[in-house]
Amino acid sequence: MIPVSFDYKRANSVSDAISLLQQHGENAKILAGGHSLVPTMKLRLATPETLIDIGGIMELKYIEDKGDYLAIGSGTTHCMVESSDLIQQKAPGLSQAAAQIGDVQVRNRGTIGGVLAHSDPQADYPGVVLALDATIVAQGSGGERTIAASDYFTGLWETALTEGEILTEIRIPTDSANANSCYLKFPQPASRYPYVGCAVAMSASGGSCSDVRVGLSGVGEFAFRDSGVEDSIRGQTLNESSIASASAKAAQGRSVLSDVFVSEEYRRAMAQVYTKRALTQLS
Amino acid sequence: MGDLIGKSVKRVEDYRLLKGEGKYTDDFNMANQTFAVYVRSPHAHAKLVNVDISAAKAMDGVVNVFTGKDIKDAGIVGSICGWQVDFKNGDTMKEPGHPILAVDKVRHVGDAVALVIAEDKGTARDAAGAVEVTYEVLDAIVDPKAAAQDGAPQIHDDVPNNTIFDWELGNKDETDKAFKNAHHITELSYHNQKLIPNAIEPRAALGHYDISDDKYTLYTTSQNPHLARLIIAAFVLSIPEHKLRVVAPDVGGGFGSKIFTYNDECGVLWASKQIGRPVKWTADRTEAFFTDCHGRDHVTDAKLALDADGNITGLRTKTYASLGAYLSNFSTCVPTYLHGTLMQGAYITPAVHVDVTAVVTNTVPVDALRGAGRPEATYCIERLIETAAREIGMDPAEFRLKNFIPPFDGVKQPGYQTQVALQYDSGNYEGTLKKVLKNAKYEKLKKERDAARADGKLMGIGFSTYVEACGLAPSALVGSLGCRIGLYDAASIRVHPTGKVTIFAGAHSHGQGHDTTFAQIVADEFGIGMDDVNVVHGDTDSVPFGYGTYGSRSISVCGNAIMKSVDKVKEKGARIAAHKLECSPEDLEFENGSWTVKGTEKSVGFGDVSLTAYVPHDYPENEEPGLDFTSFYDPANFVFPFGAHICVVEVDKDTGEVKVVKYFTVDDAGNVINPMIVEGQIHGGLAHGIGQALYEGAVYDDSGQLLNGSMLEYCIPRADNMPLFETDSTVTPCPHNPLGVKGIAEAGTIGSTPAVVNAVIDALSDYGVKDLQMPLAPQRVWAAMQQAK
Repeated sequence: MIPVSFDYKRANSVSDAISLLQQHGENAKILAGGHSLVPTMKLRLATPETLIDIGGIMELKYIEDKGDYLAIGSGTTHCMVESSDLIQQKAPGLSQAAAQIGDVQVRNRGTIGGVLAHSDPQADYPGVVLALDATIVAQGSGGERTIAASDYFTGLWETALTEGEILTEIRIPTDSANANSCYLKFPQPASRYPYVGCAVAMSASGGSCSDVRVGLSGVGEFAFRDSGVEDSIRGQTLNESSIASASAKAAQGRSVLSDVFVSEEYRRAMAQVYTKRALTQLS
Repeated sequence: MGDLIGKSVKRVEDYRLLKGEGKYTDDFNMANQTFAVYVRSPHAHAKLVNVDISAAKAMDGVVNVFTGKDIKDAGIVGSICGWQVDFKNGDTMKEPGHPILAVDKVRHVGDAVALVIAEDKGTARDAAGAVEVTYEVLDAIVDPKAAAQDGAPQIHDDVPNNTIFDWELGNKDETDKAFKNAHHITELSYHNQKLIPNAIEPRAALGHYDISDDKYTLYTTSQNPHLARLIIAAFVLSIPEHKLRVVAPDVGGGFGSKIFTYNDECGVLWASKQIGRPVKWTADRTEAFFTDCHGRDHVTDAKLALDADGNITGLRTKTYASLGAYLSNFSTCVPTYLHGTLMQGAYITPAVHVDVTAVVTNTVPVDALRGAGRPEATYCIERLIETAAREIGMDPAEFRLKNFIPPFDGVKQPGYQTQVALQYDSGNYEGTLKKVLKNAKYEKLKKERDAARADGKLMGIGFSTYVEACGLAPSALVGSLGCRIGLYDAASIRVHPTGKVTIFAGAHSHGQGHDTTFAQIVADEFGIGMDDVNVVHGDTDSVPFGYGTYGSRSISVCGNAIMKSVDKVKEKGARIAAHKLECSPEDLEFENGSWTVKGTEKSVGFGDVSLTAYVPHDYPENEEPGLDFTSFYDPANFVFPFGAHICVVEVDKDTGEVKVVKYFTVDDAGNVINPMIVEGQIHGGLAHGIGQALYEGAVYDDSGQLLNGSMLEYCIPRADNMPLFETDSTVTPCPHNPLGVKGIAEAGTIGSTPAVVNAVIDALSDYGVKDLQMPLAPQRVWAAMQQAK
């Protein structure tokens, strides 16, 4: 388990990282927590010539209340996300997702920005940031731009980030739906990545659903908002039958991952089960 | 005897091991050392057209690169099989060669084709990638039953139908008759799936040929260093045995996978002589998945015959057992003498017949893995028993109690002669079952289950009442069955002049806690402290020729060799004490570390006697100085632990997930030296067996690719998968060894797998599910429920 030899550069600031990225071009990779990249390199499936380590950039590690939204630095570890009072209050689904990633060692090193930049179909966060209607902030040599989470995930391991850009911040709206959010996960027994990860943010009043957002991780080639479920339950009285018929729409019309261990049929069925459980939990 | 035997003394090795201060093979380094990497086949079955090493050899820092041709030209043929099992018709078993590096063909993914040696690990790995191998890919075969059929891809030219042997045991005619007259027949067909061992420490070797004294040294991850030396010296590399020292230092688990002498270690040692420098090789986790011997992989049809009263009248099985691509050292005895001979189980089944066809497939070689054959046998019997009970509408506990062999202690009552060659030493099967029924509050548990079901929840209760054979083994007996080695063990006890003691053990500790257990025996017997005793194992230059650790044999075989040496020390000590006390040895009694003249207060201590033995000034005439004895103990029989397990599961109706919510065991391993260590072994064994039932299993595609060859996909059980185990025991001493001990390291694994599956089937009984293939992954359980709907 020895990677091909590579250069290692430690970035001291975001601007430092951006200029290093410019300097080393497409053969460079950003190293954050390293829990996806380093194993891939050890298996020689990834062979970057240069690693630009942003793990030590303290300015990327923060969780702040900005009034309309929570600002989370991309270098914030899963452990920080999991244990933040602010996130537990304003976006409990995100905290629940963080708590279910890997083990303590992984959560102490892995970062939210790293996960979102990697966009592994089996990651936990992507479905959650979709459900929370988050905004992704990226910085490049041309400055800063924001990307809606719904525009961010573009394919298997693909995102809207362009070459030379670094994901710097995640913004989570502090709306009533996000304050009533959850993340439920059906883990693959070995890796404990989600077979299905279902995040739901819902605002309800008088027993009916006024607004809802549903994000599914692990089901398709990349995480997606499930508008079929949302449209079905939005405006409805929350009860067993409305939840059942909404969750029956989970992943409908979506292409779904399948392999020798988990069939498409089963994954679809589990998407429904977990959507139902998440909706029930928030009702 | 003192008060240490039977006490839960804390493990003395843990202080060192838990602090990360163990010294494992990879921790050893030698001056001028090089690093080796094996180039391995990505194909399961292919002709080796060309191996081009020129680019690799030309790289900076590369010392040398060897191919199969180099090793073949040196006249080396590779590893051997240590157990001959012949065909039913008397034909000799097929024994295809297993070269260290492939010469003409590769036969499984991971088969080695070149050995790259460089100044550092990274360079060796880079150079391995620069070796250009041309393959001509052939059709592969992975299914054990299909491998034996006409027209299957032929893996070895000299093994027609890929069949190594066919074999049978028991009485075929009587069994046929039992089935012909049966009132009810229960049938099961299943795949006891291929398991990957996953010891936490990967295999490693550090080989060195020292030209100055013409001696070889090999540090390696072995459960039995003396056997490794014998195999390497006498059979693989033709080194005079006294010129080879094998050291197995701390070893991080094995589960059987480190019993075997692999070609990889031999290649490293051979190469060290070629290049005149030490060579170190350490497998990475991927290599462990693709080269450590796997376990199980039996495809079985099994039948149980019953009469109208619910008595078992016959048992018949037909098994196709895969041995993988090559014959590992003990691969051949696992599906035969460690499997067929266990088919009596705990029951008075009067007619048993076992038929096994052993085949090669394009998969990683298969050999002993925790339990080795006995889990396969127990799974077969205990699944049949529970299925039969369900089919005839009898409670599974009651059905077992009705058919159990009655208690026998092997002293007042003789041992129990089975229909399948073995004679059980002692057993009380109803004793363990009755106790576990009580501990589990079975009647109440059944009510809970029924209430849960009425409430729409799926709860199930499963049993397993196993008998296993361990403490391998009487040498002459196994020799008559085709074993090519002895299976005794050896131990020396060296009492030092100051009365401190070193035990040199032929067994090898790689997690078992010998430093504690063996010291407990000796400290107890001599009336000295635990701190006064230490244990040396693992170095062929210092320990006597024992056969190492596997098959739950350390305490029952090596432990009794220790007892023999203890007795010799006591006898000689008594003669020295008698001289000092001016009496005859018969006048003395030894207690609490002193020899005392019976009926008096005149005594001399163990320390005094020890010093006198080494400073023999005032000393008995004709007595040799020193207090140092070696003993060999060849057991009179296997030992036969047994037990009863109850597993309680809940199945998630929506997802098919199985959760083990309660687990009760009552095991009987005879006398116990350290209850805490025994309980630890039971816990580990249960986790392993539950792992097979629910999580583990190698998955190959038709081209022979292992699809779950990493921790991302291959699920080994974790602590949070396990319930709180509720363990208990009964004690039926072994009648034929001095300590009265049996063995416990595999019992948990052997007993638990069928208990879990039985519980899940019980939970799904409303769905009419009769059988499920392991592992009981959520999708499989869910699909069974969907199908039933």
